[in-house]
Amino acid sequence: MNRRIRNTAMTLVLCALAPTAFGQTLLIRNATVHTAGAQGTLRETDVLVRDGAIAAIGRGLSASGVDVVDAQGKPLTPAMFGGITAIGLEEVGLEDPTTDQSLALGAQTKQMTVRPEFDVTVAYNPASSLLPVARIDGIGFTLLGADATAGGSMIGGQGAVVRLDGSADPIGPKVLFVQLGGRGANLTGNTRAGQWMLLDQMIDEVRGRMPQNAPMALLTTAGRETMARYLGGGGRIMVEVHRAADIRQVLRWSQRHGVRIAISGGAEAWTLAPQLAAAKVPVFVDPLVNLPGDFDQIGATLENAARLRAAGVQVGFTQSDRASHNARKVRQAAGNAVANGLAWDDGLAGLTRVPAEVLGIADKLGTIAVGKRADLVLWSGDPLDVASVATQVWFDGRAIPMRSRQTDLRDRYLRAAGDLPRAYPAGGH
Amino acid sequence: MHRPFFTALVATALSAALLAAQPPALAQEAAQKPAAKPVSRFIQDPYPSTYKPIASPPVLIQGATVLTGTGTRLDGADVLMQGGKIVAVGADLDAPADALRVDGRGRWVTPGIIDVHSHLGVYPSPGARAHQDGNESTSPTTPNVWAEHSIWPQDPGFATALAGGVTALQILPGSANLIGGRGVTLKNVAGASYQAMKFPGAPWGLKMACGENPKRVYGERGGPSTRMGNIAGYRAAFIDASEYLKKHRPKQVTVQKKRWWQSGSGSTDSDKDSGGKRDLKMDTLAGAINGEIMVHIHCYRADEMTTMIDLSKEFGFKISAFHHGVEAYKIADKLAAEKICGALWADWWGFKLEAYDGIQENIALVDRVQNGCAIVHSDSEEGIQRLNQEAAKVIAHAQRIGMEIPPERAVRWLTANPAKSLGILDKTGTLEPGKMADVVLWNGNPFSVYAKADQVYIDGARVYDRNDKSRQPVSDFMLGQGMLGQGMEGGVQ
Repeated sequence: MNRRIRNTAMTLVLCALAPTAFGQTLLIRNATVHTAGAQGTLRETDVLVRDGAIAAIGRGLSASGVDVVDAQGKPLTPAMFGGITAIGLEEVGLEDPTTDQSLALGAQTKQMTVRPEFDVTVAYNPASSLLPVARIDGIGFTLLGADATAGGSMIGGQGAVVRLDGSADPIGPKVLFVQLGGRGANLTGNTRAGQWMLLDQMIDEVRGRMPQNAPMALLTTAGRETMARYLGGGGRIMVEVHRAADIRQVLRWSQRHGVRIAISGGAEAWTLAPQLAAAKVPVFVDPLVNLPGDFDQIGATLENAARLRAAGVQVGFTQSDRASHNARKVRQAAGNAVANGLAWDDGLAGLTRVPAEVLGIADKLGTIAVGKRADLVLWSGDPLDVASVATQVWFDGRAIPMRSRQTDLRDRYLRAAGDLPRAYPAGGH
Repeated sequence: MHRPFFTALVATALSAALLAAQPPALAQEAAQKPAAKPVSRFIQDPYPSTYKPIASPPVLIQGATVLTGTGTRLDGADVLMQGGKIVAVGADLDAPADALRVDGRGRWVTPGIIDVHSHLGVYPSPGARAHQDGNESTSPTTPNVWAEHSIWPQDPGFATALAGGVTALQILPGSANLIGGRGVTLKNVAGASYQAMKFPGAPWGLKMACGENPKRVYGERGGPSTRMGNIAGYRAAFIDASEYLKKHRPKQVTVQKKRWWQSGSGSTDSDKDSGGKRDLKMDTLAGAINGEIMVHIHCYRADEMTTMIDLSKEFGFKISAFHHGVEAYKIADKLAAEKICGALWADWWGFKLEAYDGIQENIALVDRVQNGCAIVHSDSEEGIQRLNQEAAKVIAHAQRIGMEIPPERAVRWLTANPAKSLGILDKTGTLEPGKMADVVLWNGNPFSVYAKADQVYIDGARVYDRNDKSRQPVSDFMLGQGMLGQGMEGGVQ
């Protein structure tokens, strides 16, 4: 190979492997910029990225010696929140050794083991095939969730936000996951009332009213320290709960103990919208849930997000059952919320600004604003419509190859059959 | 006098005389028309449909963009429905004076959506333990069970599917079993019994499942525990069925000269025909081999679908469709050549290893082959509500790689192709004169997240109207729920 071409190729390869500190410089010209922030939507607007951060937003921006992307008026948004998922923690759902998001120390003995100190993020695999699949469809960050499970307890454990650029470590504060209501009652003595009893006991243990070596004590030393942090308001507790009566209870409980909570699921949350707004409790809804999947969700409605928002509740989006492989579908879910009464701007915010604010990473992510990381997506059309796709995604201003193993499979089978089996690379002789 | 004997003699003579009157009548009938082909005993239906279309006036939808399901798009066109049938589709149609006129300007019209893979009613909402009726997982081979006998018509999921434009759907057993049982096609109408929903004249389906599920369910319960065990299981069942079929081929009804001592009307009764007790398992499999029951196979991997095709040829049955078919794109040519439909998802993958190679262009690649039969299915009470959106995702991802799929082609994935795989294309699935008036009026282009079904017609009756609460069915289960005492009602929206 010609030496110059080979050197250039090497340089390009090195750039691709460069650490994110060498963020990109880039000018995106003439986009419809959906900032998801106070500036709203700006048409025919340019975005200048310098060293991986947004340096300027405006018309007629120029910069010499930078890559220019002509957006041709297409929509530009922040890279989106994929919901609460197990991306990087789950490769194949039904293959246990590949799934790490739930702790079940007591699975064999069917014993409850309460480990709030459990932290899923140490098992995070940024090389998972799920990351490219999510990010080429515009998903830029997700909240890794710890799942309650039999042999564990109603306390799933801790998770945190990861950006899907391939970086190995989470960002922002940890979040504690708790499951309440009918679905988790089998973990708490077959009654949801047991959940409040156990929470009260955990508080007793944290406050020292129950000694650690008491026969009925639930928490380890690390567990007490972890719970103490959250009970002091030093972190967000994400509560998965649906039924109105249970949401009412958790509001009371959180107010009594000064705990900062958010709700995930919340199928019947709309019935308590004013109370949730007054308590400043954000809700991550699945906008597609409109059937009584169980008796906790009789009040499920497609208008959940719209009704919550109308009362002033911060609304974010997530999918039921921690959809990881299809995290990209959360965008369709948001579009359905907009089709059912939610304002478009709130639909976008639920995928961007609101999760960033609730999860404590809004200083760097969630809106297109000067100083924020240039995690951006250019779309073929309305970003909330299923008729649109992501045409280019950037992390820290660096364009990612719009490629995943799914597109590789697609391309392999798209091409016409040749003399050799498809297992051989294309164009071989 | 031996009175009993005499009485008996007279009685016999009298009855013989009476009976003697019958055969000539039958002979006369036989002379007037050829002997009717008997309904194969394998698909006789002791639980027949009692569905009756709701009586309705004629309806003329005017000035809409019409996708006929035959590959045609008409702009500014009318659709006339009368007597439960599509009468005409075209520009400026005349209509009877009593026709209800519906303004279709700015709106689109399609045939009713048909979902070939649903567990509504058999795994209904709420997902209570009492409602787990979709899998008879007591044995790996249960062709004797019929999914219809598990259907709870009050599943609120039927109404939400209707609001999504679904006018017909196949309810299947689950995929725990190698052979799960008979599926049934329903009209998506409210009813007190499943028979009131049963699609008249639709053939049964046979559900089979390959791959991970059966061996996972039965692996520690006597098997099968491997894929090779799965295949041995189907083969054993079909070997039995082939034997059964040899012995129990339905005989022609022939008019036999009546002898005075013979009772009955002269037709062979099923007991003499079968030579013994009915076997429900064998009846179903025999019906499948005969082509009377449409075979639908849950199968993900390309290699396994290929093996199932060989299996079908080993025993002489036709596969109507592979369901889920996550790897269908790898054998799209073969599926088209074998005339097998692919009932697929837009984007599900990765929840099982056999689903690991899913791609978002699957449906597009199956569709692009000449004679390809691509279908969008749901297997989900959520997905069935927005099959139009699922199709839209396929169109968008195909466009990304330069495959332009116009709406009049994509709509076939939701209408004509599912109808074909269910054996009801002669009755519905397209907007053609003479077919059932199963029609959806959309608020705009259906291939968008913002699309809504404004009106849904089944056999010409407006069974759903987004803007008319009197035409929005509510299942018994949802009645009176969520009365919070503050004027705030819950309920399915």
